Amino acid sequence: MDLHIAGQPPERDERAAVDSVLGPLQFGKLESHHLQQERPARSQRHLLLPVLHAINCRIGWISPGALNYACGRLNLPPAEAFGVADFYGLFSMTPRPRVVIHVCDDIACLMRGAPAICEHLAGRLGPAGAAKPSAKLTWLRSPCLGLCDRAPAALVSAAGREPWECALAPTSADALLAAAEQPERRPEPPPVAASLSVPQQGQQELRLLRRVGRLQPESLEDYLAEGGYEALRRAVDLGPERVIREVIDSRLVGRGGAAFPAGRKWEAVYRARSTQPARYLVCNADESEPGTFKDRVIMEEDPFLLIESMTIAGLATGCEQGFLYIRGEYPVAFERLSHAVRQARKHGFLGKQILNLDLSFDIEIRRGAGAYICGEETALFNSIEGYRGEPRNKPPFPTEVGLFGRPTLVNNVETLVNVPGIVLWGGRSFAGIGTPGSTGTKLFCLSGHVARPGVYEVPFGASLASLLDLAGGVAGTGRLQGVLVGGAAGTFLSPRELDTPMTFEGTRAIGAALGSAVVMPFDDSVDLSKILLRIAAFFRDESCGQCVPCRVGTVRQEEALSRLFGGHAEGVGQAPLQLAEIGQVMSDASICGLGHTASSAIQSALARWAEFSDLRQGSVPED
Amino acid sequence: MEKKKPVTQESFPFIASAPSPTVPVPPGPIPAPPPAASRNEVALTIDGKTARVPEGSTLLEACKTQGIDTPTLCYLENLNPVNVCRVCVVELEGARTLVPACSRRVENGMVVRTDSERVRLSRRMVLEFLASSVDVSTAPELQSYLERYGGQPERYGPAAQAAGEPEAGPAGVHAAPDGLTAATVAQPVKIDNDLYVRDYGKCILCYKCVQACGEEAQNTFAIAVAGRGFDSRISTEFSVPLPDSACVYCGNCIGVCPTGALMFKSEYDMREAGNWKESEQQRTDTICPYCGVGCTLTLHVQDNQIVKATSPLDQEVTRGHLCIKGRFGWQFVRGKDKKKSS
Ligand SMILES: Cc1cc2nc3c(=O)[nH]c(=O)nc-3n(C[C@H](O)[C@H](O)[C@H](O)COP(=O)(O)O)c2cc1C
Ligand code: SF4
Ligand code: SF4
Ligand code: SF4
Ligand code: FES
Ligand code: FES
Repeated sequence: MDLHIAGQPPERDERAAVDSVLGPLQFGKLESHHLQQERPARSQRHLLLPVLHAINCRIGWISPGALNYACGRLNLPPAEAFGVADFYGLFSMTPRPRVVIHVCDDIACLMRGAPAICEHLAGRLGPAGAAKPSAKLTWLRSPCLGLCDRAPAALVSAAGREPWECALAPTSADALLAAAEQPERRPEPPPVAASLSVPQQGQQELRLLRRVGRLQPESLEDYLAEGGYEALRRAVDLGPERVIREVIDSRLVGRGGAAFPAGRKWEAVYRARSTQPARYLVCNADESEPGTFKDRVIMEEDPFLLIESMTIAGLATGCEQGFLYIRGEYPVAFERLSHAVRQARKHGFLGKQILNLDLSFDIEIRRGAGAYICGEETALFNSIEGYRGEPRNKPPFPTEVGLFGRPTLVNNVETLVNVPGIVLWGGRSFAGIGTPGSTGTKLFCLSGHVARPGVYEVPFGASLASLLDLAGGVAGTGRLQGVLVGGAAGTFLSPRELDTPMTFEGTRAIGAALGSAVVMPFDDSVDLSKILLRIAAFFRDESCGQCVPCRVGTVRQEEALSRLFGGHAEGVGQAPLQLAEIGQVMSDASICGLGHTASSAIQSALARWAEFSDLRQGSVPED
Repeated sequence: MEKKKPVTQESFPFIASAPSPTVPVPPGPIPAPPPAASRNEVALTIDGKTARVPEGSTLLEACKTQGIDTPTLCYLENLNPVNVCRVCVVELEGARTLVPACSRRVENGMVVRTDSERVRLSRRMVLEFLASSVDVSTAPELQSYLERYGGQPERYGPAAQAAGEPEAGPAGVHAAPDGLTAATVAQPVKIDNDLYVRDYGKCILCYKCVQACGEEAQNTFAIAVAGRGFDSRISTEFSVPLPDSACVYCGNCIGVCPTGALMFKSEYDMREAGNWKESEQQRTDTICPYCGVGCTLTLHVQDNQIVKATSPLDQEVTRGHLCIKGRFGWQFVRGKDKKKSS
């Protein structure tokens, strides 16, 4: 392939942004024939996403000069790189103001003041995304930012030589405008006590959350003082096969949504060592399911726990390289984990000689860039490799052909942080907690109309009602209309179903799924039609666009819903049948889980619509 | 010139900790799943009958041996299956979802249904989705499938006002629907060179042109898929016109496009003028005279004029692909003729 790169040479800032990731160009001044000569290996493509981040951070958008320069350095055709960059919501392919306010208008924030914030910003700055590039700032609507416990939420980012990002929650239009006023200085977000996100903080029974609030998240010393890295030592004593045995015995099931037994994957990746010496570990921290924020809380409050867990997993399965893929909208988690990785390396917990033994494992952190679909494991591989985040066809499964085509162990953050406990206290003892089908404790994300939103840890088996009680009961009017379980890809349940056990098997028995353990109740004043429309819009926005059932189905689904709720005479009668058929083709014929579940919440709500309406009628008049 | 502050790692808090370019990526090509040994036969049940096919065959090939005609749109025998259109799905016993026949390999004991209610519904919906969002007027194959499965694309409402060029705004943003109309990909035709036009209002996003331009034939990578979701589209970098892109006008993308979204300029002009008469055209196979490779050319002739050139997919040398000379060389011949006659 001969690269064809047209256009102007890069400006200084454009080159600096790219060089900050790739290192300075060896040949001095860049001329077109240098582009031809300087041919790094094709495998450098995996640096495309970090390079795009650097460009967007520095220039404020992905400018042609910067992209072309990056393509020359990475030996990538510009059309391909453009297609990758244009896939991600956080990158702009056209010039825009340096400061961007991303206002969450997703479900939890929708109920807690996001519409008023958007209206205010629209009044001050014009419609979302409409500001001229020369303006000081612009604003955009954003899907769930994973801060639902502190809704309403927003993320402010400022590009430039000293870029910054800042998540603000709870926030207000005035606070956002004030933060955006001074792009030179990162605003100090008001300190948030860990106990706000973890109301159970300090309780004895906690396992996964036991250190939250007891340590400085940045401090390796604190972590060690709280029993950190004991599990790694124990794992090294036990050896890979025993560790994997314990994970199998624990009957730990993946917490990322697909509910796959963790031990089976670990074993498969370990076994693959005979044919494939190079294997990878990937920690999926792309947490983007609306209503989900459990992984963020772990990463922000106990970052070393995740690093230790990944190290155990890597050493047990024989993967020398781990990747931690954190969603782009989590700046605090990214910073704390980057810091933790550096500290761990410095103190011999990562790198070539872990614990001064002949053990080698290291972690690369990668940031997503605004794409829910990149949480799907094979889309995540493509994203790391520098391709568009489009899911791959399965089979083959990741344990056979995963990242860079190698056998890969991919696990969710919460799945992994269960492992130190399993190693320390034994798989059998872990399996004794919870129910036979759902072992251990589980983190639930409570937000919406509950008195005390936050992440709650309970042994598996608790009912939906007891979870609501734990979080202080139904807030708002105090009268429950329904509960969204599992997030946008989940199921609406009615008050009749409150005694459902929140286990994998208990939810499955009523045709629901635990998903990412979202529990979001709505009081009887909420107009659920608005919530359903928001969910439909979410899937339309987040479909990768690869397959027809989902690419067009998510559009037709949103249209049919708005026909149904808009009360337009023509077509209303047809809408329910259309929605059912759209739902069926999406779940039957789509490539991946996004399409398979894109109609689930909507269909479940429509099936209970009469019940919800009765409850709503009982209270406020419908608007 | 204004003096600029030196750039240090410290000036980029986020980038300072960005990954170093030293990630150990294993050397050598990415291993593909092992090719199935072809000698052995596999037995499976298709629509109640037993079929025996060589190991490694796809369900599509297996269906063909049973005389079952499976609709396909994104599949082409000379390209790797991308399995994105999903019109070929069949029901596989034991699988939670339907599976794409074009890429799923046969396994012993599979029980497959190709005409169940579930299969028919999915195929009909996929076709309705395409026909309601894309201009399929020059895609006769798709139209015939639509008829076969009784699709009613009108039922989603009248087409929404064309939004114009689709490239504005970051991924994941769209205007709320009005509850009346159906969104489409309608947009202005791109006419930016003399050889072929790109009418992406007719694009079903089958990925074939991208494959043909890239790794699987031309190795030029002038076009790629950009955008996300319903806003996905085939694009050059920053949507630059073709003459500014890497395109070498091999026309291989035109050769694989199933909908007429990519079309010879000559054909486009004749269609616009109402002179395109496919039924009156004759096809003649010949060997391309321009070089020693010896590609087979199929010349399409109407009223004693060559109107386009294609190449048969089953041809050993080219597998359907050509270069600019074979694909467009006849235009120069015709151009000269024209000049003479005028
Ligand atoms: C659309 C979509 C989004 C997903 N997002 C996530 C995610 O953000 N985090 C996650 O851990 N798993 C996510 N998953 C599930 C992953 O594909 C995968 O099953 C999981 O990471 C495996 O880890 P586990 O076995 O530990 O659960 C998603 C799946 C789909 C289909
Ligand atoms: S189901 Fe949706 S997200 Fe998944 S591959 Fe298809 S278009 Fe992409
Ligand atoms: S004509 Fe050839 S080079 Fe140009 S876009 Fe088509 S396939 Fe690519
Ligand atoms: S332009 Fe044609 S070949 Fe390319 S994706 Fe669209 S329909 Fe397929
Ligand atoms: S942060 Fe707004 S809905 Fe989750
Ligand atoms: S032909 Fe099989 S998915 Fe398109």
